[in-house]
Amino acid sequence: MADEVILLDYWVSPFGMRVRIALAEKGIKHEYREEDLRNKSPLLLQMNPVHKKIPVLIHNGKSICESLIAVQYIDEVWNEKSPLLPSDPYQRSQARFWADYVDKKIYEVGRNLWTKKGEEQEAAKKEFIEALKLLEQELGDKTYFGGDKIGFVDVALIPFYTWFKGYETFGNINVEKECPKFIAWAKRCMQVESISKSLPDQDKVYGFIVEITKKFGLE
Amino acid sequence: MATANQEEVRLLGKWASPFSNRIDLALKLKGVPYKYFEENLANKSDDLLKYNPVYKKVPILVHNGNPIAESLIILEYIDETWKNNPLLSEDPYERALARFWSKTLDDKILSAIWNACWSDEKGREKAVEEALEALKILEDEIKDKKFFGGETLGLVDIAANFIGYWVYILQEIAGLELLTLEKFPKVYKWSQEFINHPVIKEGLPPRDELFAFFKASASK
Repeated sequence: MADEVILLDYWVSPFGMRVRIALAEKGIKHEYREEDLRNKSPLLLQMNPVHKKIPVLIHNGKSICESLIAVQYIDEVWNEKSPLLPSDPYQRSQARFWADYVDKKIYEVGRNLWTKKGEEQEAAKKEFIEALKLLEQELGDKTYFGGDKIGFVDVALIPFYTWFKGYETFGNINVEKECPKFIAWAKRCMQVESISKSLPDQDKVYGFIVEITKKFGLE
Repeated sequence: MATANQEEVRLLGKWASPFSNRIDLALKLKGVPYKYFEENLANKSDDLLKYNPVYKKVPILVHNGNPIAESLIILEYIDETWKNNPLLSEDPYERALARFWSKTLDDKILSAIWNACWSDEKGREKAVEEALEALKILEDEIKDKKFFGGETLGLVDIAANFIGYWVYILQEIAGLELLTLEKFPKVYKWSQEFINHPVIKEGLPPRDELFAFFKASASK
Protein backbone atom coordinates (compact mmCIF):
# COMPACT_ATOMS: atom_id res chain seq x y z
CA MET A 1 0.00 0.00 0.00
CA ALA A 2 1.41 3.39 -0.93
CA ASP A 3 2.14 5.82 1.89
CA GLU A 4 0.13 9.00 1.92
CA VAL A 5 2.25 11.87 3.18
CA ILE A 6 0.99 15.42 3.43
CA LEU A 7 2.85 18.41 4.82
CA LEU A 8 0.86 21.42 6.04
CA ASP A 9 3.29 24.28 5.92
CA TYR A 10 3.91 27.98 5.28
CA TRP A 11 6.63 28.83 2.80
CA VAL A 12 8.61 31.21 4.98
CA SER A 13 8.55 29.13 8.19
CA PRO A 14 11.99 27.85 9.19
CA PHE A 15 10.22 25.10 11.14
CA GLY A 16 8.37 23.96 8.04
CA MET A 17 11.63 24.06 6.09
CA ARG A 18 13.14 21.53 8.48
CA VAL A 19 10.49 18.97 7.62
CA ARG A 20 10.82 19.74 3.89
CA ILE A 21 14.56 19.02 4.07
CA ALA A 22 14.00 15.73 5.92
CA LEU A 23 11.41 14.59 3.39
CA ALA A 24 13.72 15.53 0.51
CA GLU A 25 16.74 13.89 2.09
CA LYS A 26 14.84 10.62 2.39
CA GLY A 27 13.26 10.96 -1.05
CA ILE A 28 9.73 10.75 0.35
CA LYS A 29 6.93 11.50 -2.10
CA HIS A 30 4.51 13.86 -0.45
CA GLU A 31 1.91 16.53 -1.03
CA TYR A 32 2.87 20.03 0.08
CA ARG A 33 -0.03 22.20 1.20
CA GLU A 34 0.47 25.87 1.80
CA GLU A 35 -1.61 27.18 4.71
CA ASP A 36 -3.00 30.68 4.95
CA LEU A 37 -2.17 31.42 8.57
CA ARG A 38 -4.84 34.10 8.82
CA ASN A 39 -7.40 31.58 7.64
CA LYS A 40 -6.31 28.19 8.88
CA SER A 41 -7.75 25.17 7.10
CA PRO A 42 -10.14 22.81 8.89
CA LEU A 43 -7.57 20.08 8.33
CA LEU A 44 -4.87 22.03 10.19
CA LEU A 45 -7.20 22.73 13.10
CA GLN A 46 -8.22 19.09 13.20
CA MET A 47 -4.67 17.73 12.94
CA ASN A 48 -3.08 20.14 15.45
CA PRO A 49 -5.89 21.11 17.81
CA VAL A 50 -3.55 21.87 20.71
CA HIS A 51 -1.28 24.42 19.04
CA LYS A 52 -3.00 25.09 15.69
CA LYS A 53 0.40 25.66 14.11
CA ILE A 54 2.37 24.50 11.11
CA PRO A 55 4.26 22.43 10.20
CA VAL A 56 2.09 19.35 10.53
CA LEU A 57 3.16 16.11 8.93
CA ILE A 58 0.27 13.79 8.11
CA HIS A 59 1.26 10.18 7.43
CA ASN A 60 -1.57 7.88 6.40
CA GLY A 61 -4.05 10.10 8.18
CA LYS A 62 -2.09 10.43 11.44
CA SER A 63 -0.63 13.79 12.37
CA ILE A 64 2.79 14.53 13.78
CA CYS A 65 3.25 18.07 15.10
CA GLU A 66 6.33 20.06 16.12
CA SER A 67 9.10 20.23 13.52
CA LEU A 68 11.88 18.41 15.38
CA ILE A 69 9.47 15.66 16.42
CA ALA A 70 8.37 15.29 12.79
CA VAL A 71 11.99 15.12 11.63
CA GLN A 72 12.75 12.37 14.17
CA TYR A 73 9.62 10.52 13.09
CA ILE A 74 10.70 10.70 9.44
CA ASP A 75 14.17 9.47 10.42
CA GLU A 76 12.72 6.50 12.32
CA VAL A 77 10.13 5.43 9.74
CA TRP A 78 12.23 5.90 6.59
CA ASN A 79 15.32 4.47 8.13
CA GLU A 80 16.89 2.70 5.20
CA LYS A 81 18.77 5.73 3.90
CA SER A 82 20.36 9.02 4.99
CA PRO A 83 20.15 8.71 8.78
CA LEU A 84 19.75 12.14 10.35
CA LEU A 85 20.44 11.10 13.93
CA PRO A 86 23.55 9.12 14.90
CA SER A 87 23.10 5.60 16.24
CA ASP A 88 25.08 6.08 19.45
CA PRO A 89 22.83 7.20 22.35
CA TYR A 90 25.30 9.77 23.66
CA GLN A 91 25.79 11.35 20.25
CA ARG A 92 22.04 11.34 19.77
CA SER A 93 21.60 13.20 23.05
CA GLN A 94 24.10 15.81 21.93
CA ALA A 95 22.38 16.23 18.55
CA ARG A 96 19.05 16.70 20.34
CA PHE A 97 20.63 19.15 22.77
CA TRP A 98 21.95 21.39 20.00
CA ALA A 99 18.77 21.21 17.93
CA ASP A 100 16.89 22.23 21.08
CA TYR A 101 19.40 25.06 21.56
CA VAL A 102 18.56 26.31 18.06
CA ASP A 103 14.88 26.24 19.04
CA LYS A 104 15.47 28.16 22.24
CA LYS A 105 17.88 30.74 20.90
CA ILE A 106 17.97 31.34 17.18
CA TYR A 107 14.29 31.86 16.41
CA GLU A 108 13.40 34.15 19.32
CA VAL A 109 16.59 36.17 19.28
CA GLY A 110 16.56 36.41 15.48
CA ARG A 111 13.01 37.67 15.61
CA ASN A 112 13.99 40.36 18.11
CA LEU A 113 16.60 41.57 15.64
CA TRP A 114 13.96 42.75 13.21
CA THR A 115 11.02 43.47 15.52
CA LYS A 116 12.73 45.42 18.28
CA LYS A 117 14.51 48.73 18.46
CA GLY A 118 17.01 50.53 20.67
CA GLU A 119 18.36 48.74 23.73
CA GLU A 120 16.31 45.59 23.16
CA GLN A 121 17.65 45.29 19.65
CA GLU A 122 21.22 45.87 20.83
CA ALA A 123 20.82 43.11 23.38
CA ALA A 124 19.39 40.83 20.69
CA LYS A 125 22.36 41.53 18.40
CA LYS A 126 24.81 40.57 21.11
CA GLU A 127 22.87 37.42 22.01
CA PHE A 128 22.51 36.39 18.38
CA ILE A 129 26.21 36.63 17.61
CA GLU A 130 27.06 34.81 20.85
CA ALA A 131 24.71 31.99 19.88
CA LEU A 132 26.24 31.68 16.42
CA LYS A 133 29.72 31.64 17.94
CA LEU A 134 28.71 28.86 20.31
CA LEU A 135 27.35 26.89 17.37
CA GLU A 136 30.60 27.51 15.47
CA GLN A 137 32.46 26.07 18.45
CA GLU A 138 30.21 23.01 18.45
CA LEU A 139 30.74 22.54 14.70
CA GLY A 140 34.52 22.63 15.17
CA ASP A 141 36.36 21.28 12.15
CA LYS A 142 33.50 19.15 10.93
CA THR A 143 32.01 19.71 7.50
CA TYR A 144 28.52 19.54 8.92
CA PHE A 145 27.18 19.22 12.45
CA GLY A 146 26.32 15.66 11.41
CA GLY A 147 29.94 14.99 10.40
CA ASP A 148 30.59 14.11 6.77
CA LYS A 149 26.91 14.30 5.92
CA ILE A 150 24.13 16.56 7.10
CA GLY A 151 22.40 15.53 10.29
CA PHE A 152 19.73 16.54 12.76
CA VAL A 153 21.38 19.78 13.86
CA ASP A 154 22.12 20.90 10.29
CA VAL A 155 18.46 20.34 9.41
CA ALA A 156 17.34 22.20 12.54
CA LEU A 157 19.58 25.19 11.90
CA ILE A 158 20.02 25.83 8.17
CA PRO A 159 16.47 27.14 7.57
CA PHE A 160 17.26 30.22 9.64
CA TYR A 161 19.97 31.09 7.13
CA THR A 162 17.21 32.08 4.71
CA TRP A 163 16.26 34.80 7.18
CA PHE A 164 19.77 36.22 7.49
CA LYS A 165 19.39 38.97 4.94
CA GLY A 166 16.48 40.24 7.02
CA TYR A 167 18.30 39.81 10.33
CA GLU A 168 21.37 41.58 8.99
CA THR A 169 19.59 44.46 7.32
CA PHE A 170 17.12 45.24 10.08
CA GLY A 171 19.43 44.26 12.89
CA ASN A 172 22.39 46.05 11.39
CA ILE A 173 24.83 43.18 11.84
CA ASN A 174 27.32 41.52 9.54
CA VAL A 175 27.27 37.82 10.30
CA GLU A 176 30.03 36.87 7.84
CA LYS A 177 32.40 39.31 9.52
CA GLU A 178 31.60 38.11 13.06
CA CYS A 179 31.10 34.41 12.33
CA PRO A 180 32.85 33.42 9.10
CA LYS A 181 32.89 29.73 10.00
CA PHE A 182 29.14 29.79 10.42
CA ILE A 183 28.62 31.33 6.99
CA ALA A 184 31.06 28.84 5.45
CA TRP A 185 29.02 26.00 6.97
CA ALA A 186 25.79 27.54 5.70
CA LYS A 187 27.17 27.84 2.18
CA ARG A 188 28.27 24.20 2.24
CA CYS A 189 24.75 23.24 3.30
CA MET A 190 23.23 25.21 0.44
CA GLN A 191 25.22 22.96 -1.92
CA VAL A 192 23.35 19.93 -0.60
CA GLU A 193 20.47 19.16 -2.93
CA SER A 194 17.85 18.28 -0.31
CA ILE A 195 18.52 21.61 1.37
CA SER A 196 18.77 23.90 -1.64
CA LYS A 197 15.58 22.56 -3.18
CA SER A 198 13.65 22.83 0.10
CA LEU A 199 14.49 26.40 1.03
CA PRO A 200 13.02 29.62 -0.37
CA ASP A 201 15.23 32.30 -1.85
CA GLN A 202 16.80 34.64 0.73
CA ASP A 203 15.61 37.65 -1.27
CA LYS A 204 12.03 36.41 -1.22
CA VAL A 205 12.20 35.89 2.55
CA TYR A 206 13.68 39.36 2.91
CA GLY A 207 10.79 40.75 0.86
CA PHE A 208 8.38 39.02 3.23
CA ILE A 209 10.06 40.58 6.28
CA VAL A 210 9.96 44.04 4.66
CA GLU A 211 6.24 43.60 4.00
CA ILE A 212 5.54 42.55 7.58
CA THR A 213 7.55 45.40 9.09
CA LYS A 214 5.65 47.90 6.92
CA LYS A 215 2.32 46.32 7.76
CA PHE A 216 2.90 46.37 11.49
CA GLY A 217 4.84 49.61 11.53
CA LEU A 218 8.02 48.03 12.72
CA GLU A 219 10.50 49.95 10.56
CA MET B 1 18.46 -5.14 36.13
CA ALA B 2 20.74 -2.52 34.66
CA THR B 3 24.15 -3.65 33.52
CA ALA B 4 26.88 -2.10 35.59
CA ASN B 5 30.31 -2.86 34.19
CA GLN B 6 32.33 -0.06 35.76
CA GLU B 7 29.51 2.32 34.94
CA GLU B 8 29.56 5.62 36.70
CA VAL B 9 26.24 7.41 36.77
CA ARG B 10 25.97 10.76 38.52
CA LEU B 11 23.04 13.12 38.76
CA LEU B 12 23.54 16.78 39.59
CA GLY B 13 20.16 18.03 40.71
CA LYS B 14 17.95 20.02 43.03
CA TRP B 15 15.70 18.00 45.30
CA ALA B 16 12.74 20.39 45.03
CA SER B 17 12.84 20.66 41.23
CA PRO B 18 10.38 18.55 39.24
CA PHE B 19 12.81 18.60 36.29
CA SER B 20 15.55 17.13 38.42
CA ASN B 21 13.10 14.66 39.95
CA ARG B 22 12.18 13.34 36.49
CA ILE B 23 15.70 11.93 36.24
CA ASP B 24 15.55 10.32 39.69
CA LEU B 25 12.29 8.65 38.70
CA ALA B 26 13.64 7.33 35.38
CA LEU B 27 16.84 5.96 36.91
CA LYS B 28 14.87 4.31 39.72
CA LEU B 29 12.37 2.80 37.26
CA LYS B 30 15.27 1.24 35.38
CA GLY B 31 17.06 0.14 38.53
CA VAL B 32 20.20 2.09 37.60
CA PRO B 33 22.48 2.76 40.57
CA TYR B 34 23.66 6.37 40.66
CA LYS B 35 25.30 8.99 42.83
CA TYR B 36 23.24 12.09 43.50
CA PHE B 37 24.79 15.48 44.09
CA GLU B 38 22.62 18.33 45.38
CA GLU B 39 23.51 21.60 43.70
CA ASN B 40 23.31 24.93 45.46
CA LEU B 41 22.22 27.22 42.65
CA ALA B 42 23.39 30.28 44.56
CA ASN B 43 26.87 28.78 44.57
CA LYS B 44 27.19 26.56 41.51
CA SER B 45 29.74 23.80 41.66
CA ASP B 46 32.71 23.62 39.30
CA ASP B 47 31.23 20.41 37.95
CA LEU B 48 27.95 22.09 37.06
CA LEU B 49 29.72 24.85 35.17
CA LYS B 50 31.95 22.30 33.46
CA TYR B 51 29.16 19.92 32.50
CA ASN B 52 26.52 22.46 31.46
CA PRO B 53 28.34 25.57 30.34
CA VAL B 54 25.53 26.54 27.97
CA TYR B 55 22.71 26.88 30.50
CA LYS B 56 24.44 26.38 33.89
CA LYS B 57 21.37 24.56 35.17
CA VAL B 58 20.34 21.24 36.63
CA PRO B 59 19.54 18.44 36.12
CA ILE B 60 22.70 17.11 34.51
CA LEU B 61 23.31 13.41 34.07
CA VAL B 62 26.96 12.40 33.87
CA HIS B 63 27.47 8.88 32.51
CA ASN B 64 31.06 7.63 32.48
CA GLY B 65 32.20 11.23 32.40
CA ASN B 66 29.87 12.26 29.57
CA PRO B 67 27.38 14.98 30.51
CA ILE B 68 23.83 15.32 29.24
CA ALA B 69 21.63 18.33 30.04
CA GLU B 70 17.92 19.18 29.57
CA SER B 71 15.57 16.79 31.36
CA LEU B 72 13.61 15.45 28.38
CA ILE B 73 16.82 14.84 26.46
CA ILE B 74 18.28 13.05 29.48
CA LEU B 75 15.16 10.88 29.74
CA GLU B 76 15.52 9.72 26.12
CA TYR B 77 19.22 9.02 26.69
CA ILE B 78 18.37 6.92 29.74
CA ASP B 79 15.74 5.00 27.78
CA GLU B 80 18.15 4.29 24.93
CA THR B 81 21.02 3.28 27.21
CA TRP B 82 19.20 1.07 29.71
CA LYS B 83 16.68 -0.94 27.73
CA ASN B 84 14.68 -2.56 30.55
CA ASN B 85 11.30 -1.07 31.53
CA PRO B 86 11.11 1.06 28.39
CA LEU B 87 9.74 4.58 28.74
CA LEU B 88 8.96 4.91 25.06
CA SER B 89 7.13 2.59 22.68
CA GLU B 90 8.99 0.99 19.78
CA ASP B 91 6.36 2.31 17.38
CA PRO B 92 7.51 5.57 15.74
CA TYR B 93 4.05 7.15 15.84
CA GLU B 94 3.56 6.41 19.54
CA ARG B 95 7.05 7.81 20.15
CA ALA B 96 6.17 10.98 18.25
CA LEU B 97 3.02 11.38 20.36
CA ALA B 98 4.95 10.87 23.60
CA ARG B 99 7.52 13.45 22.53
CA PHE B 100 4.75 15.85 21.55
CA TRP B 101 3.01 15.58 24.92
CA SER B 102 6.23 15.88 26.90
CA LYS B 103 7.15 18.99 24.93
CA THR B 104 3.66 20.45 25.26
CA LEU B 105 3.86 19.91 29.03
CA ASP B 106 7.13 21.83 29.14
CA ASP B 107 6.31 24.57 26.63
CA LYS B 108 2.72 25.30 27.53
CA ILE B 109 1.10 23.42 30.39
CA LEU B 110 3.60 23.57 33.24
CA SER B 111 4.27 27.29 32.82
CA ALA B 112 0.55 28.12 32.74
CA ILE B 113 -0.03 26.36 36.05
CA TRP B 114 3.16 27.68 37.63
CA ASN B 115 2.26 31.25 36.63
CA ALA B 116 -1.19 30.90 38.10
CA CYS B 117 0.21 29.72 41.43
CA TRP B 118 2.64 32.62 41.62
CA SER B 119 0.43 35.28 40.08
CA ASP B 120 -0.28 38.54 41.86
CA GLU B 121 -3.74 40.04 42.32
CA LYS B 122 -3.59 41.89 39.02
CA GLY B 123 -2.73 38.98 36.76
CA ARG B 124 -4.50 36.27 38.74
CA GLU B 125 -7.75 35.93 36.85
CA LYS B 126 -6.16 35.57 33.45
CA ALA B 127 -3.40 33.29 34.76
CA VAL B 128 -5.95 30.99 36.40
CA GLU B 129 -8.00 30.89 33.20
CA GLU B 130 -4.91 29.80 31.25
CA ALA B 131 -4.02 27.20 33.85
CA LEU B 132 -7.50 25.69 33.66
CA GLU B 133 -7.27 25.64 29.86
CA ALA B 134 -3.96 23.83 30.14
CA LEU B 135 -5.45 21.22 32.47
CA LYS B 136 -8.38 20.77 30.11
CA ILE B 137 -5.91 19.89 27.35
CA LEU B 138 -4.52 17.13 29.57
CA GLU B 139 -7.99 15.97 30.60
CA ASP B 140 -8.88 15.53 26.93
CA GLU B 141 -5.68 13.62 26.27
CA ILE B 142 -5.60 11.21 29.22
CA LYS B 143 -9.18 10.04 28.50
CA ASP B 144 -9.66 6.70 30.25
CA LYS B 145 -6.07 5.53 30.07
CA LYS B 146 -4.42 4.44 33.28
CA PHE B 147 -1.25 6.31 32.34
CA PHE B 148 -0.48 8.68 29.47
CA GLY B 149 1.53 5.82 27.99
CA GLY B 150 -1.35 3.36 28.34
CA GLU B 151 -1.19 0.45 30.76
CA THR B 152 2.37 1.14 31.86
CA LEU B 153 3.98 4.31 33.09
CA GLY B 154 6.12 6.00 30.45
CA LEU B 155 7.93 9.12 29.34
CA VAL B 156 4.90 11.42 29.42
CA ASP B 157 3.89 10.32 32.91
CA ILE B 158 7.38 11.08 34.20
CA ALA B 159 7.38 14.42 32.37
CA ALA B 160 4.03 15.15 34.04
CA ASN B 161 5.40 14.64 37.57
CA PHE B 162 4.75 18.33 38.22
CA ILE B 163 1.06 17.74 37.47
CA GLY B 164 0.89 14.58 39.54
CA TYR B 165 2.51 15.98 42.64
CA TRP B 166 3.81 19.55 42.67
CA VAL B 167 0.53 21.14 41.52
CA TYR B 168 -1.33 20.05 44.66
CA ILE B 169 1.28 21.61 46.91
CA LEU B 170 1.59 24.84 44.96
CA GLN B 171 -2.14 25.38 44.56
CA GLU B 172 -2.67 24.89 48.27
CA ILE B 173 -0.06 27.50 49.07
CA ALA B 174 -1.57 29.87 46.52
CA GLY B 175 -5.07 29.28 47.82
CA LEU B 176 -6.27 28.13 44.41
CA GLU B 177 -8.33 25.18 43.24
CA LEU B 178 -6.89 24.25 39.88
CA LEU B 179 -6.56 20.47 39.78
CA THR B 180 -9.46 18.92 41.65
CA LEU B 181 -11.50 15.75 41.32
CA GLU B 182 -14.55 17.79 40.38
CA LYS B 183 -12.93 19.92 37.73
CA PHE B 184 -10.61 17.38 36.08
CA PRO B 185 -11.62 13.88 37.21
CA LYS B 186 -9.45 12.06 34.68
CA VAL B 187 -6.25 13.97 35.39
CA TYR B 188 -7.01 13.66 39.10
CA LYS B 189 -7.41 9.89 38.78
CA TRP B 190 -4.18 9.69 36.78
CA SER B 191 -2.35 11.64 39.47
CA GLN B 192 -3.45 9.14 42.09
CA GLU B 193 -2.22 6.23 39.95
CA PHE B 194 1.03 8.12 39.46
CA ILE B 195 1.85 8.86 43.07
CA ASN B 196 0.82 5.39 44.19
CA HIS B 197 3.05 3.62 41.69
CA PRO B 198 5.55 1.72 43.87
CA VAL B 199 8.69 3.22 42.32
CA ILE B 200 7.31 6.73 41.92
CA LYS B 201 6.10 6.80 45.51
CA GLU B 202 9.65 6.21 46.73
CA GLY B 203 11.17 8.58 44.21
CA LEU B 204 9.19 11.74 44.88
CA PRO B 205 10.52 14.26 47.40
CA PRO B 206 8.74 14.24 50.80
CA ARG B 207 5.56 16.27 50.73
CA ASP B 208 6.02 18.16 54.00
CA GLU B 209 9.50 19.32 53.08
CA LEU B 210 8.38 20.33 49.60
CA PHE B 211 5.46 22.26 51.07
CA ALA B 212 7.73 24.05 53.52
CA PHE B 213 10.21 24.86 50.76
CA PHE B 214 7.65 26.50 48.49
CA LYS B 215 5.84 28.17 51.36
CA ALA B 216 9.10 29.81 52.33
CA SER B 217 9.61 30.98 48.74
CA ALA B 218 6.07 32.35 48.66
CA SER B 219 6.60 34.56 51.66
CA LYS B 220 9.75 36.16 50.23
